[in-house]
This record gives sequence, C-alpha cells and structure tokens, in this order.
Amino acid sequence: MPEVTTLQPWWAALAPVTLLTLAAAGAAMAGAQTARRRGDGPLVAATTPLTETWRLLRQRRRVPVAADRVLWHVAVGGLPVVAVLMAVVVPLGSVVLVDSPVGVVWFNAMDVMLWALWWLAGWGPNSTHSLVAGHRFLGLALAYELPLMFALTSPAIAAHSLRLADVASAQQGLWFAVWMPVAFGVYLLSAVAFSSWGPFAVAAHSDLAGGVLAETSGVDRWLVLAGRHLVLAAAALVAVPLFLGGGAGPVLGPVAWTLVKALVVLAVLELSAGRAPMIRPERFAEVGWMVLLPATVLQMLVAAGGAS
Amino acid sequence: MIGTIVFWVAALVAVAAGVEVFRTDSMARASYALAASFVAVGVMLLAFELDYLGVIVILMMVMEMAIMALFMIMLMGMNPALMPMSMVHGKRTATVVAAVVFVGLAAAALLIPWPDRAGAPAADLTRSLGDAVMGSKMLVMLTVSPVLFATIIGALVLGHPRDRYQRYGDDLERDHPDDPIQGGVGR
Repeated sequence: MPEVTTLQPWWAALAPVTLLTLAAAGAAMAGAQTARRRGDGPLVAATTPLTETWRLLRQRRRVPVAADRVLWHVAVGGLPVVAVLMAVVVPLGSVVLVDSPVGVVWFNAMDVMLWALWWLAGWGPNSTHSLVAGHRFLGLALAYELPLMFALTSPAIAAHSLRLADVASAQQGLWFAVWMPVAFGVYLLSAVAFSSWGPFAVAAHSDLAGGVLAETSGVDRWLVLAGRHLVLAAAALVAVPLFLGGGAGPVLGPVAWTLVKALVVLAVLELSAGRAPMIRPERFAEVGWMVLLPATVLQMLVAAGGAS
Repeated sequence: MIGTIVFWVAALVAVAAGVEVFRTDSMARASYALAASFVAVGVMLLAFELDYLGVIVILMMVMEMAIMALFMIMLMGMNPALMPMSMVHGKRTATVVAAVVFVGLAAAALLIPWPDRAGAPAADLTRSLGDAVMGSKMLVMLTVSPVLFATIIGALVLGHPRDRYQRYGDDLERDHPDDPIQGGVGR
C-alpha cells in the first residue's frame, strides 16, 4: 500500500480555490477556441471567463413565475459542490484530503449526483425548454452511465483496489490508459457527457434556447457555467490516478506532474466543444448499449487477465 | 465525538426529509426529499465506517430517485403532476398503520435484550462484503439477479408500445426495423 498522508481538515479550504483555478484555465482554453472562431483577438479570448464572471455577478437575478426556488437553488449550487467533492479524493503527490478506501466508487457516486442536479436545474425554473433539457439529460445519462461504470471498474480490477492512491501506484510499469484504451476513451466521453459539454451538451444547448440556461441569470447562471468547467476539471483530475499513472514522471515532482497531466486531459475535454454537432441522446442510447457496453465489458476481461 | 455528531445530524435529516415526502405538494419535491433521506442514511453508514455500503447507497438512491421523479410526474398526477397536489390518500388507515409499525419497531429496538457483540469487524469491510457476495451468498445472488433481470425485460416487453411485428413487418420480412427514430449504430 503506497504511503499517502491525509492532510489536516483545514487544508480543505484550499480545495475549491485550486479546482477553481484549474477550471478557469479550462474555461480560458474553451473561450480562446470560441474567440478564434469568431475572429476576436487573443486578449479577448484569454479574458472571456473573467469578463463573463464580472458581467454575471453584477447582473440582477430574474426568476420566472411559480419557479420551484428550493430545488432550483439545490441544482445550481450543487454543481460546484459536487465538483469539489469529486476532486477531494485525488492524491496530489504524497498528500490527499480524503484518503477514501473506495475512491473510485465515490467518484462514481458524485457523477450520479449530476443526474439529479441537471434534471433539477431543468425542473426549477418552471420553463418548458429547461424541463425538456433536463429530461433529455437523463436520457443521455442512461446511455453513458453503465459503460462508464464498467470503464471505472477496469483500473480497479487491475489494481486490486478501489483506493485511488493504490490505482495510481499499480501503474508503475505501464499507464492504464495505454493498455485500457477503451476504458479511458469511455471515461473521457462520459466526462464530457456528465458535464453536459461539447457534443454532449444536451442539458444546455442552443437548440433548446439554452436548455437549463434558458431562464438562469446573474449568479445562478455563473454557478451553472462555472460548475460545468469545475466538473470537467474534477473529472480531468480523477483521470490522472485512474489512467495516467498518478504523479509519476521524471524531473518535476509528483504534484506538478499530477497538475500537468490534469491540464492536458482538461484541454482534451474542453476543446471537444464545437468540433461535432450535438449528439442526440435517443440515437446515442443505441451506441452506448450496443457498442460501448460490450466493449467496456471486454476491456474489463482484458484488465482482469492482465492483472492476474 | 465527531462520528456521534455526524450520526445524529444525519439521522435527524433522514427523518425530517422522510416526513417532508408526505407534507410537500409537489411530486418533484417528494421524490428528491426521499433521495435526501436516503443520502442521509448513506452518510450514517459512512459514519459507521461502512465505506462501500454508504457510498453505494448514495449512488443507487440518487440514481433511482432521478428516474423515479420522471415516472411520478408522468403517471401519478391528474395533469402530469405539474400542478400542486396532495401526497397522501387513505389518510386514516395510513396513519394508524404507520403509528402501529413505528411503536412496534421502536419497542422492539428498546425492549429486546440484545446480545453483546461477539466478534470484531473485519479489517477490510469492503473485501469481506465482496467475499460474502461472491462466496457464501453466491447462490442467492445467482437466483435473485436473473429473476430481477427477467422482470425488467418482461416489463419492457409488455410496456413497450411497438412490438417486433410493427418494427419488422407482419412476417418479420424487413431487413431494417421501421422505427420513428433511427438508432445510432445505423441498423
């Protein structure tokens, strides 16, 4: 069992700040890509997340008639919270905030929380477009969740442990991403899907007048938009111990390597936006169940064979 | 100390959210109050250091309630449950049954002379749970899972509005099913 020290609880205050910094980097990448397409200058591109934050935090909140405020607040406030909870089990070098013996399952539970949050974000505002988008997200979730669960099982089987530090240290010879490419691919795809981003942005797409964003304004809108980047950042962080050998690497320390790898994964996730049309959940369901699910089960068999 | 506080807070949240299920007038709130109650139960299991069980209870229950909310709104209301409605019916019977069951269970919990703990918990509870499920309880699992699976498939077959004759023709002669929405793998 590799040695990781659990940090004192007050370090937890740093977790949201760190994750927000990572998410801001991700948002800047996505912003730069959009700005380049529009032909805006590099300065506009780099500062888009900041100017948007400044604009939205000053904007007055608008609430539709008969909105279910309680559930709506749970949804928009829950997104950043779930993202942070997802990330706290990731070991940074030799330290970790929560050394959960079931870190892999914990991550899975947090991504399932997003089922509830995206739907509640659609239900809350009492608006047809939002509600349809929330329902549509659950349709997509039914397609990606089972392949994702099997994709998460593969590294755990190979490492004989559900603890993320153990999974990371089981990759001394070869990264799991190399000999479990199917599991890694499904993981990346699902990360984009549960963040409702890029080609899987079914909960917040312009084809439904913004979906769950149709009625959100001000700080609520900022929480949803930022929450999406935070979830992407958390998923990128979790991918590092799960598939990319944790903090292992030459010259730089393990903390730096974890962050560098997370940034690369985050770039892949963020830049998936705008490269493909939105994938319709009702069509993707068949891909998930007929292609991805058998593929991940086979991947699990390979992982079990390679581990024994 | 912290464990005790977490336990009692989670216990109170579980009961309060459970009460809210019946007091609220919205199917969405009732479903998610139930989810919150189950999450609190999961937290209680975590406080007992049953890591795997606690996390899996949270995972399963949130997933289940997210889907159940859709069915509640779709099927339970007069005008698909988008308007406020009462969450209770058969009030008097339900109150009596609930009170009797509660008093009975509470009395049993308090009055039964429980034996002292004989053994000690295993070092790795997740592993011993896995050993039990895949070892001594394997027969139960092998029986229950196919029955559950068959139930799901049976319910789907019975509930689906389009059968294979509509998809493939009266003599099942079509190469490609005639679906209103084409599947994603190009069949």
